Amino acid sequence: MRVKQISIFLENKSGRLAAVTRLLGEAGINIRALSIADTSDFGILRLIVNDPARAYAALKDAGFTVSETDVIAVEIPDRPGGLSEVLNLLHENGVNVEYLYAFVSHSSGTALVLLKVRGIDRAVELLKAHGVKVPDAATVYNL
Amino acid sequence: MECLPAGERRKIQLERLQALVRRVYETVPHYQRALREHGLRPGDIKSLDDLPRLPLTTKDDLRASYPFGLFAARLKDIVRIHASSGTTGKPTVVGYTRADIETWSEVMARSLSAAGVGADDVIQNAYGYGLFTGGLGLHYGSEKVGATVIPMSVGNTRRQVMLMGDFGVTALACTPSYALHLAEVIDDLEVERSRLRLRVGIFGAEPWSTNLGREIEKKLGIVAMDIYGLSEIMGPGVAMECPYKQGLHVWDDHFLPEIIDPETGEPLPYGEKGELVITTLTKEGFPLLRYRTRDVTILHDEPCPCGRTHVRMERIMGRTDDMLIIRGVNVFPSQVESALLEAGQAEPHYLLVVDRSGPLDYLEIWVEVSERYFADEVRELERLEQAFKRAIESILGISVKIKLVEPKTIERSQGKAKRVVDRRDVYKD
Repeated sequence: MRVKQISIFLENKSGRLAAVTRLLGEAGINIRALSIADTSDFGILRLIVNDPARAYAALKDAGFTVSETDVIAVEIPDRPGGLSEVLNLLHENGVNVEYLYAFVSHSSGTALVLLKVRGIDRAVELLKAHGVKVPDAATVYNL
Repeated sequence: MECLPAGERRKIQLERLQALVRRVYETVPHYQRALREHGLRPGDIKSLDDLPRLPLTTKDDLRASYPFGLFAARLKDIVRIHASSGTTGKPTVVGYTRADIETWSEVMARSLSAAGVGADDVIQNAYGYGLFTGGLGLHYGSEKVGATVIPMSVGNTRRQVMLMGDFGVTALACTPSYALHLAEVIDDLEVERSRLRLRVGIFGAEPWSTNLGREIEKKLGIVAMDIYGLSEIMGPGVAMECPYKQGLHVWDDHFLPEIIDPETGEPLPYGEKGELVITTLTKEGFPLLRYRTRDVTILHDEPCPCGRTHVRMERIMGRTDDMLIIRGVNVFPSQVESALLEAGQAEPHYLLVVDRSGPLDYLEIWVEVSERYFADEVRELERLEQAFKRAIESILGISVKIKLVEPKTIERSQGKAKRVVDRRDVYKD
């Protein structure tokens, strides 16, 4: 249930994001989702890719500061209030969400949201117990 | 004394040098050892030409003797202690006897007189008071010439501007960067120039170019005078510019200057550029033989049109080590390094970038984010920045900006690492 996310440290200067995406493109790695958290000086680029291990190695070889983080993907019904129900459930059970971003989903009717939480196993259990769909890693990489 | 013929001054210098060598040989174990290693006895100093035979003293010697190892007087005879920042958190400690304080006041008073400042002047002393020698050094000299001193210390700039007008300040003493800052605040507050009586500035404690001097002169409507000093030798007042502005008069009846080749340590003649070395001829508490200042300059011995016969040194042209002077504070990259190591528990690659934002110097420290530091969350990295910032500020005592950069951003060099980028151009004209 844990999805591997690749995080890359980037200085806020032009061309850095392009450098990462070009590198991954040349390595034949497909980006499934991405988000950037930034400050005035630096940003953290977070990626879900089809082959995290190879992406990690390629970026590291190219000299980037990279880390691997476990996140969970949650399938959300594509209707008003869909995300709120999931977040309420986590909140009421004391699971803290550190950040989240949405996955571009091809299938209609649902959206995928990536969550970074503290206590990942407990969160997965909780979500499943309440009938929330939590796709496994392979599914997410190959969507 | 300032206009004494050269021959007479040399006689005084020799007598004082001989007495100094005898004194340090008898009272400072470091010097007794160093002189013996050079095969010298105090009686071997027969003329000033023997000066280069004496051992050089380095900053490392000072560090190794922390805190009082190089003191030549008993602590009970030391009436004041000052200190400069040190590389590993240990400062360089200097002590003054009552006579030393008197000498210091005397050379400082001479310096003020050379700048045309005297009993009729109201001096705003905006050098920092405290362990730093600037504030108190200037203070005692100002009282000695009979001027009215306002002991402002540094900071609280709006209040400085208000009192400058209200008290009829005629002379300003501070670092050149603070003078520029004051000029800006005067503009911001829209203070009418006719309310200010300011006519002269005594600026030092950090390197500055003649260009910066001209800018200050224009903005404040004053004459900007360069003063030189360092805590190891005395503090401010070791050398001072006169109105002819043809170099700074070194008060060489107290501080005997030489120029050496920084690579070989060989003495260089007048007119040649090299490292300034100073012997403190009269100091009792903390005397130094041939102290390597690391400041690069040129000495001249032709008399100055002002009539003063003391040797002149040109404005400081650079440093032979990687020390930076930022807002009057000595900063060594190694200090930053040890703070970073302490805060991060791993060896960082770092670079000190000094620049001038408006009137004030600021120090930005680039730290490469290694895998070891890298957390996936912004707030973790910000916490790391804060930890680095606090560790460095507590050692240097000045605020810095930490900039996290990507790996390999900082140039790797063969041999000696390049740790400093100085964008201020302070040594250029």
